Amino acid sequence: MIKRTEYLSKVYPLADGFTIAAYEREVDGYAMAKKVLSSMTKEQVIDEAKKANIRGRGGAGFPMGLKWSFMRPHPTKPAYLVVNADEGEPGTHKDRTIMERNPHAVVEGCIIGCYAIGAHAAYIYVRDELHLSKARLWAAINEAKAKGYLGKNPFGTSYEVEVYVHTGAGAYICGEETSLLNSLEGRRGEPRLKPPFPAQVGAFGCPTTVNNLETIAIVPTALKLGGEEFSKLSALHGMNDGGTRLFGVNGHVKKPGVWELAVGVTLRELIYDLAGGVTGDKPLFAIIPGGSSTPVLRAEELVHAPDEKSPLHPWHGQSVLDVPLGVETMRGLGTALGTCCVTVMAEGTCPVTAMHNLMQFYKHESCGQCTPCREGSAWLSRTVEKILDGRGTMEDIDTLADVANNIMGNTICAFGEGTAMPALGFLKKFRKDFEAYVRGEKTRKTHSRLAVEADTSVTAHAAE
Amino acid sequence: MAFALTPERDRELGEILGRYPTKMGACIPMLHLCQEQNGWISDEIILYVAEKLTIPAAHVKGVVTFYTLFNQKPVGKHQVWVCRTLPCALRGADAILHHCEKKLGIHAGETTADGKITLRTAECLASCGTAPMIQVDKDYHENLTPERVDQILAKLQA
Ligand SMILES: Cc1cc2nc3c(=O)[nH]c(=O)nc-3n(C[C@H](O)[C@H](O)[C@H](O)COP(=O)(O)O)c2cc1C
Ligand code: SF4
Ligand code: FES
Repeated sequence: MIKRTEYLSKVYPLADGFTIAAYEREVDGYAMAKKVLSSMTKEQVIDEAKKANIRGRGGAGFPMGLKWSFMRPHPTKPAYLVVNADEGEPGTHKDRTIMERNPHAVVEGCIIGCYAIGAHAAYIYVRDELHLSKARLWAAINEAKAKGYLGKNPFGTSYEVEVYVHTGAGAYICGEETSLLNSLEGRRGEPRLKPPFPAQVGAFGCPTTVNNLETIAIVPTALKLGGEEFSKLSALHGMNDGGTRLFGVNGHVKKPGVWELAVGVTLRELIYDLAGGVTGDKPLFAIIPGGSSTPVLRAEELVHAPDEKSPLHPWHGQSVLDVPLGVETMRGLGTALGTCCVTVMAEGTCPVTAMHNLMQFYKHESCGQCTPCREGSAWLSRTVEKILDGRGTMEDIDTLADVANNIMGNTICAFGEGTAMPALGFLKKFRKDFEAYVRGEKTRKTHSRLAVEADTSVTAHAAE
Repeated sequence: MAFALTPERDRELGEILGRYPTKMGACIPMLHLCQEQNGWISDEIILYVAEKLTIPAAHVKGVVTFYTLFNQKPVGKHQVWVCRTLPCALRGADAILHHCEKKLGIHAGETTADGKITLRTAECLASCGTAPMIQVDKDYHENLTPERVDQILAKLQA
């Protein structure tokens, strides 16, 4: 069901929406942070956060309140809040809208988050390319500081909070939380072995919570409404997947965009009601539900959940397009909700070419520490290329699956799974297309199409 | 003459150092400052950063080589990045890249003969909802058509 909300996005269309004046005027901004610091205990804050059922908005969907509760005061070391705004997962374009158009929600979320986990400093890690986002965040921090909402005595209390923006330098892997911490410390962005988890040994060796930027930005709203009320906005409240979040749609739709909606909207509603339907009114072909690391769905797939205990049983036999998007429901479909930004592909898109495009991405972005990931991602990319070029064999298709399976579970970080799972997804769902290339029924020149409407990509190649 | 940050950037560095509990924390922001001034990270800069932050030069070198955005050799005056990743490709990124290559007479990864423009491909720049897109220096240009690309390139070449 489509239920539009405006907690984060009310100020989006306003010319001054990113200023503190608009934030205070339009949504009573900073009132919640003031209340938290002056009249709530951190246990109360964490309790509300738990009731709000905020699933991490960074991709993994970990319960945010629970993550906060892992933080224990250390006898000698300070604690840190680190906000992940590396937004690099292909197909993800939501955090940027918050930074550019409602940066004060992030700053207020940082104040509350710091208080709840016992930190006095928050670092917002923004990918370097997002220059406007960084500028807006810094401006928001300075405005909040000038008003006395940050610093030694925020709102006249004695709970010091500082917020800083830190920048990366172009590396997708720095979105992975331990790689991000290394990068924050001034090192190569290589993921760390876990345990220890960031809550024990995080930034600069100190207890740290890493949250996605949207996760932090929605905190003031969740507390303002009350945890339970916030959670109940969601149709999946019963699956502990609460509240509202930003949903993006990109690819072959008439009106790509980002909408703030209650959790529980379906793919069909997103694609047809909000994004205006498929480009050129073509039939829908395939959907990547939440960033390139989430396995692809075919448009005509039906839900198979005959077991009454399955969370998907209520949708048994229905189209996957009619399942509410949630952490558990997408997991049930063998994919993942991920970042909640959907990539749409129309009839005519070549799935082999799509997989090749993504495998080039993973090959480029592997940090290289683990052999199965470094070599595997290169193998995947090379082998799909060989198939596309008409030099592939049926064994190559099996090799692709073998290589992907060999990555799974054999790496330091989840980048490995993030590469292997979508690869396996494409192979399983579109095996016939791979075989058609091997048999020569499809060729790069005639079928390797990604931009379906204008057919520009094929002409571009043909012209070379 | 040995490399040194301008007084203004040096003041900014002082501010940056105040944000982190360790000097090493300033490594990436400081490299950005240096690159802003010099266009790329030379060996001289690596030594300068290492000395200022009292960390080994090998560490700084390791950082520089890890991140895509640090240039390890001189580049053009302007950087044009064309996003090539799937969501952009679905909306015609290939054609945009091809168009840029033709207009500039270079391939991705190269710099025009007059040293003005370096053309490169980028991986997803968080603008998939406004694809296709290119980044020119610090600015994003979104919802592109080949005509808009012409205007943007013409401005850079002027
Ligand atoms: C390869 C990789 C890339 C990631 N990129 C991002 C990212 O760009 N932004 C983000 O918030 N989380 C990203 N994550 C997830 C983070 O590791 C972490 O789970 C998240 O920031 C936690 O915040 P949350 O619990 O609020 O979602 C990535 C994970 C992996 C494995
Ligand atoms: S899985 Fe890949 S990205 Fe992650 S640590 Fe290993 S090599 Fe690096
Ligand atoms: S794919 Fe180009 S901005 Fe995301």
